[in-house]
Amino acid sequence: MNARDQILGRLRQAQATALSLPQLAPSAAIPEPDRVERLKANLEAAHGEVIDARQGDWCNILAALCAAKGIRRLMLAPNVPACGVGETVAVERFDRPLEALKEHLFLGIDAGLTVADCALAATGMLVLASSPAQPRSLSLVPPIHVCLLDAGRIHADLAAALSAEAWDSALPTNLIFISGPSKTADIQQTLAYGAHGPKQLIVILTAAGSLS
Amino acid sequence: MNASASNLADGFQSRAKGAVGNPQLRKSFRGAMDFLMAKRASQFPNDADFQDLRRQGEAIRRYSLSRLPALLEQLEANLIRNGIQVHWAENAEQARAIIIDLAQRAKSDLVVKGKSMVSEEIELNHALAAAGVEALESDMGEYIVQLAGEPPSHIIMPAIHKTKEEIARLFAAKIPGVDYTDSVDELIQIGRRVLRDNFRTTKIGLSGVNVAVAETGTLCLVENEGNGRMCTTVPEIHIAITGIEKVVEKLDHVAPLMTLLTRSATGQAVTTYFNWISGPRREGELDGPKEVHLVLLDNGRTQAYADETFRATLQCIRCGACMNHCPVYTRIGGHAYGTTYPGPIGKIISPHLLGLASTHSLVTASTLCGACAEVCPVGIPIPDLLIHLRQQAQGPNSGEPSHLRGAGSGHKALAVLAFDGWRQLYAHPTLYRLFSWFATRLRGLTPSRQGAWTDSRAPLVPARRSLHELMAQRNRSRPP
Repeated sequence: MNARDQILGRLRQAQATALSLPQLAPSAAIPEPDRVERLKANLEAAHGEVIDARQGDWCNILAALCAAKGIRRLMLAPNVPACGVGETVAVERFDRPLEALKEHLFLGIDAGLTVADCALAATGMLVLASSPAQPRSLSLVPPIHVCLLDAGRIHADLAAALSAEAWDSALPTNLIFISGPSKTADIQQTLAYGAHGPKQLIVILTAAGSLS
Repeated sequence: MNASASNLADGFQSRAKGAVGNPQLRKSFRGAMDFLMAKRASQFPNDADFQDLRRQGEAIRRYSLSRLPALLEQLEANLIRNGIQVHWAENAEQARAIIIDLAQRAKSDLVVKGKSMVSEEIELNHALAAAGVEALESDMGEYIVQLAGEPPSHIIMPAIHKTKEEIARLFAAKIPGVDYTDSVDELIQIGRRVLRDNFRTTKIGLSGVNVAVAETGTLCLVENEGNGRMCTTVPEIHIAITGIEKVVEKLDHVAPLMTLLTRSATGQAVTTYFNWISGPRREGELDGPKEVHLVLLDNGRTQAYADETFRATLQCIRCGACMNHCPVYTRIGGHAYGTTYPGPIGKIISPHLLGLASTHSLVTASTLCGACAEVCPVGIPIPDLLIHLRQQAQGPNSGEPSHLRGAGSGHKALAVLAFDGWRQLYAHPTLYRLFSWFATRLRGLTPSRQGAWTDSRAPLVPARRSLHELMAQRNRSRPP
């Protein structure tokens, strides 16, 4: 018998009685108008920055951000709408397989710009679902991660997102939930940012429907 | 890595003694445990809410375990449907062979690792090295202890026993071109730089799994640093390894467990990243590993599963709260145990992984104060399990054969004699009165040195008269 059958055989031998599961706690009820504030407060508490661009042009805000942060080499995910950020910033697309641009992505890019698929207010998390238009590594490798979020795409919590997004039927190859910049407290419990991923996370909140 | 199984039990006492006598170590652990306890407490300000959440977590774990064989088959089918290759290993040796084979087939001489206690459990790094494959730890704490040539001393914070000055000296000595700095920010940036070069160039990334979802074929990982994402995103091949107990049925079951995990472990409402992996790179996607493998490890877990009482051991979600709150762990630290999993949870897991022959002295290293059970986010009755393990270690009284490996190996004839005598004495009033009459009359003969007890305590001497006698005397002298 192979290892699989041995293991399953031993487990079956125990004849465990199948238990039932009590009702799980319902989703956190956060009314839509409060979700932006909750999300913002949570992200900021985790050392993230949130810029509200619902009233303005996110492109101008991005240009100002690049100037303020000294971002000179910006890489856009395939699903980011075209946007001019001025001549001082070299803008390029993540348009080839990672193998073809790995070294450049690791060593030659200051910031990655992505669009979040949605967000969770209760835990303050951005949700990015991998796809041909959403590479996994752009939100991870460059030292600064700038993320556009449509203000109409904020769910109350994970349970609400799970029922709204129908991920159960077809999950993306990688679903990533991000609550702030990369961090560690592994040396003497002292918090340090920028452990292996981005040192800074900046969320630009855009008007509902503005990115689709 | 670990002390060999045969001398674990003997070594524990002397390692514990050494640790208790090391003021620097005591200070590191005391400080770290106080910090982690306060952080956890801040996440559970209201005990009723904690109890509610914990009831859910416990129910989900018990529900999942009660269906474990069926859930594992469902998980396997869905992982395969998603393009993830599944491997089964009955023991550490099989698991190591599977991973070495994958590394050799990929012609890779380096594996970059995210944090995985199961990989520690199977002593993977040594086996890979023997096969000519270097394993590089990338979690900052793991990287530090690997540089120092030590095993982790805590399951969540591996380098918790080290001060920043020790780490500064270690980096200056071991990393080429690095000068001494005890700035934590600078130290982290040094680690970041070294490890990033490896993420970029390495072909294989290895990770653990916090929970696997059967219904969707998903591997969930929780982390703050981003090294787990690096290991599972950038290299061409991702190998995940986990114990067979880590499976749940539905995505809905993940959130309650993860919130209990992160709050209990590091006092965070959420970690920086939740990483849900449901397959390798698909057609048209620009990145992600081209191959994803999952190794499902038994290694003694089916032994714990066989018994309804010991099955609760497998509810564990590896948060480490039990060690943070343990008066024994806080004083002796993680290395003294000599096992991959230290602290209260280690004492109840290790006998199943290693057998009682080498671990029976661990199960007695507890005051049964119950702090571990009080904070456990999934309701594992750790003190009860310790008592059951002690009974198994001393030898089954019922005469029924035990299914636990090494049962009876802690048997001591003298101890059994002493406890049998004690039982006789307390079960027979005449015998008891006779004994106490002699003990009180002959109290002058009590030795002043009473073994280890008098090393730091006053000797035990019987009272002049027993309570029974005093009460009888009082009743006689009282006027009717």
